[in-house]
Amino acid sequence: MTYILRNGRVVDPANGRDGIFDIEVRDGVIARVGQDLPIPEGAEVLDVPAGCVVTPGLIDMHVHLREPGQEHKETVASGVAAAVAGGFTAVACMPNTSPINDSAAVTRYIRDKADAARLARVYPIGAASVGSKGEQLAEIGELKAAGCVAVSDDGHPVKTALLMRRVLEYAGMLDVLVIDHCEDPTLKGDGVVHEGAVASELGLRGIPGEAEELWIERDITLAGLTRVPFHVAHLSTAGSLRAVRAGKARGIAVTCEVAPHHFVLTDEALRGYDTNTKMNPPLRPQADVDALIAGLADGSVDVIATDHAPHHADEKALSYDQAPFGITGLETCVSLTFDRLVHAGHIDLTRMVELLSVNPARILKVTGGALSEGAPADITVLAPDLPVTIQASSQHSLSKNMPFEGWQLRGGVAATIVDGRLVYRNLAVDGLGAWPSASVQ
Amino acid sequence: MSTPAPVTGLRGRHLLGISDLAPDEITLILDTADAMREVGERPIKKVPALRGRTIVNLFFEPSTRTRTSFEIAEKRLSADTLNLAVSTSSVVKGETLLDTVSNIEAMAPDMLVVRHASSGACHQLARHCRSRIVNAGDGLHEHPTQALLDAYTMRSHKGRLEGLQVAIVGDLLHSRVLRSNLLLLRKMGATVRVAAPRPLVPVGIEALGATPCRTIEEALDGADVVMMLRIQLERMQNNYFPSLREYFTLFGLTGERMGLAKPDAIVMHPGPMNRGVEIASEVADGPQAVILEQVANGVAVRMAVLYLLGGGNEE
Ligand SMILES: [Zn+2]
Repeated sequence: MTYILRNGRVVDPANGRDGIFDIEVRDGVIARVGQDLPIPEGAEVLDVPAGCVVTPGLIDMHVHLREPGQEHKETVASGVAAAVAGGFTAVACMPNTSPINDSAAVTRYIRDKADAARLARVYPIGAASVGSKGEQLAEIGELKAAGCVAVSDDGHPVKTALLMRRVLEYAGMLDVLVIDHCEDPTLKGDGVVHEGAVASELGLRGIPGEAEELWIERDITLAGLTRVPFHVAHLSTAGSLRAVRAGKARGIAVTCEVAPHHFVLTDEALRGYDTNTKMNPPLRPQADVDALIAGLADGSVDVIATDHAPHHADEKALSYDQAPFGITGLETCVSLTFDRLVHAGHIDLTRMVELLSVNPARILKVTGGALSEGAPADITVLAPDLPVTIQASSQHSLSKNMPFEGWQLRGGVAATIVDGRLVYRNLAVDGLGAWPSASVQ
Repeated sequence: MSTPAPVTGLRGRHLLGISDLAPDEITLILDTADAMREVGERPIKKVPALRGRTIVNLFFEPSTRTRTSFEIAEKRLSADTLNLAVSTSSVVKGETLLDTVSNIEAMAPDMLVVRHASSGACHQLARHCRSRIVNAGDGLHEHPTQALLDAYTMRSHKGRLEGLQVAIVGDLLHSRVLRSNLLLLRKMGATVRVAAPRPLVPVGIEALGATPCRTIEEALDGADVVMMLRIQLERMQNNYFPSLREYFTLFGLTGERMGLAKPDAIVMHPGPMNRGVEIASEVADGPQAVILEQVANGVAVRMAVLYLLGGGNEE
């Protein structure tokens, strides 16, 4: 099947394109990109609505899909539906399922579910240690062969410096990325929110930003020792960013991601004790938010990743200190990024595409990140000026735990194409009614 | 220019914290408590103010003192009262806080007096409940009736709150009594100095309106009121300080140290006291201590709060 995405503004930084182009998709592959392409016989024409922007498919390199084991929170199928509705053509899912994804069997199970859903691509991330317990190195070779693109003990930091060294050495040998959830558990203690004046006032136990910074310093030092690339999950403080910049400056292959809630909300949001403001790392003060935004703009932050962490409403209905950490993110990320970063003047569209597509593809070494001829047609169509009202009830994730209910934002997703298949179309965007129907809309 | 009309009721539906109260409301509660104390001095200590109202004392965390104080206050106001001690084990079983309270609400009480080990629990309930909620202590956050009874006690001895110099010494980090007192004393124009071993000083305490001191001596210097907070014995295991002995040496309130405060200073403690840990018996039992008076005032102040919240007609 052949079709042409006609007359869209294409923003494709990897190929140096920003302008009006046509894209010919044939049998799931980008056949040609050019201006005023001739229409091949039998090809369908999908006119890109005015104002929309065509980008390489967005990739979220940090999500929790909860399957196997916690299907009441999310399944692979519901997670990828949420992903494509959020503009993501691919997600990388963390191993803290039940059982933990520390074996080829679990990896294959997740991939089978993803294949059956046929929406977004799913790249499993394997556990770095058996059971993510921080004792025994996981069989990273087997995990890689089964389809894992990275390893992490996310939810927990890799427990000891010696084990982290071994993980870096061993995964580095196999060319598998190492991602760490950086947080000193002993300094975190029983903290539930950022340690600061707001926590003190609300009587909530604090986690100092330094718990994250100490661990990042450890890991960067070890990445230097082993000369293996290392990626910081959900970085949240100015001090952490300072450590990453310093690491990069001394030639260490360290990259990092920031979650939208950390550049949108501060710990002031804790007032009222809404458990949907409880996540780990916790919401930080304005000075940290400002530093993260500066890092997103100047390139020291490599990636925006959502840390999509679905939890059932009953779990979030517990008291603040008892409720689980985490919020959903797949279906709010694009709107928050547009509204708070692009329209606020901090970054331009090119940078947005780098943060959400080019860099995650490069860091994970997966397909995508560019609209190159011959590449699989993973394409996102964005609607930068679409007025969006965030409503959990209209989202596709099985869980509704997010603190953005009712927020009115400018910018959203128009359509998502994976392997040439239109998997999501947003009927709120004028002109998309003329496109073929999609499995998610 | 006309003066604003004196406040005659509380503006909020609930008493979740001192943070909800304006200074004129605090004064109203304290003035009402004066009248309530008089009820407690009669041979028949009962008024019909809350006759026909049902108040449930819902304690998710055990507390004898506060629960008893509320219960006596409710009975003196002729309310129908019910005590429910909810073990946290039902919460562990998967019942949410809201489930527990919805079950009780189904029986249509007028007021819930709630004590919970988690900060913010009363605020979370208030978003969903029809009943009026009185916070009887939520986690490390607030204990508003304690701060009100403390203020009442200070005012009855000093005649005012404005301009008082208050020293608060003890486990600041884990104290809801501290937080409510800081809010109240700041609103009423008193100044507060605090002292504790550094690991027990909350980050950003200055923002809460207290001046932290390195030593107890510095905090006590010239104080009108000395308030000691309870040291929980298990804090030692978490290395907040090395031993009770050393705690008493560095931060215990002794007769000698009391000499630094104003000669007419009063000594307060929310109880229960650890004698020989945060306070020496010579001070606890000495002429400046008003600790038992606090207990008596607690009933009057709680009567005032319940009356002001529940005595009017429901809309
Ligand atoms: Zn994590």
